[in-house]
Amino acid sequence: MTSVERREVHLTIPVAPEMEIAATAQVAALGEWMEMSRDKIDEVKMAVVEACINAFEHSATPDRKVELSFRVEAEEGGRGAYLEVDVADSGHGFDPTRLKTPEIAAALRSSRKRGWGIKIIESLMDDVRIESSEHGTRIVMRKYR
Amino acid sequence: MSETLKVIVDRPDATVAVLRTDGYINNTGGEEIAKEAYALLGSGVNRLLLDLEKTKIVNSIGISILIEILEKLLDQGGKLAFCRLTPTIEKTFQIMGLAQYARIFAAPEPALAWLRGESE
Ligand SMILES: Nc1ncnc2c1ncn2[C@@H]1O[C@H](COP(=O)(O)OP(=O)(O)OP(=O)(O)O)[C@@H](O)[C@H]1O
Ligand SMILES: [Mg+2]
Repeated sequence: MTSVERREVHLTIPVAPEMEIAATAQVAALGEWMEMSRDKIDEVKMAVVEACINAFEHSATPDRKVELSFRVEAEEGGRGAYLEVDVADSGHGFDPTRLKTPEIAAALRSSRKRGWGIKIIESLMDDVRIESSEHGTRIVMRKYR
Repeated sequence: MSETLKVIVDRPDATVAVLRTDGYINNTGGEEIAKEAYALLGSGVNRLLLDLEKTKIVNSIGISILIEILEKLLDQGGKLAFCRLTPTIEKTFQIMGLAQYARIFAAPEPALAWLRGESE
């Protein structure tokens, strides 16, 4: 199958424990529909979990909601079909250019063990874009079939 | 959607223990594991196998708690092994470099042999 029918799903989840798991159900449904491999679907799920928990934990979004869109599309003559997920909050934002690359050796020596989420997202997905301002953050992540 | 993590503890000998997890390793799941791990560490165990066969998903907050457990084990001259990871969890541990400090095995038996110093 080289072509793929476009499909788009929107989901709003509250900032609440384990709501990120509800978001992964959409990844599984669309991933299976577009015949993405089980392992790749799992990688997208993990990336979506990380983006959601970042919005929950760091954004301080006043509406206590996170908006997700899931899109199956194809790049004509390009790399083919892909699943793209946006995770957006209306929080205070951050400067993604100032992120420090986490190091396991340093994490084992210091009390700071965190800082992995975005590195994990960037490693598991094919393309990642972060748009952030004082009005909120949107992370757009794409994985090709 | 109850994703509460369950941990089963098995202690085949005085210094080696196996923790079998079932469920989501997030902050609360990680804390469940840490509670069991630190109780074992306090009673002489310094070699730990985390068998994640029934864990299909982890998040970075849970992983940071696993790094804490690893740090404490290494401080006590101990070792940490993982087995039966999903391909995505294994890939994530590789990406993080965790695999340089804890060994990853497909099955429990070779992991236990390594923990006991019976294999390289
Ligand atoms: N949606 C967001 N809103 C505001 N700040 C964010 C958002 N997402 C990430 N950040 C900022 O980027 C930093 C790095 O995020 P990253 O996910 O890499 O690490 P972490 O969440 O701090 O720790 P870990 O992901 O390992 O649990 C966060 O500490 C936070 O300061
Ligand atoms: Mg994070």
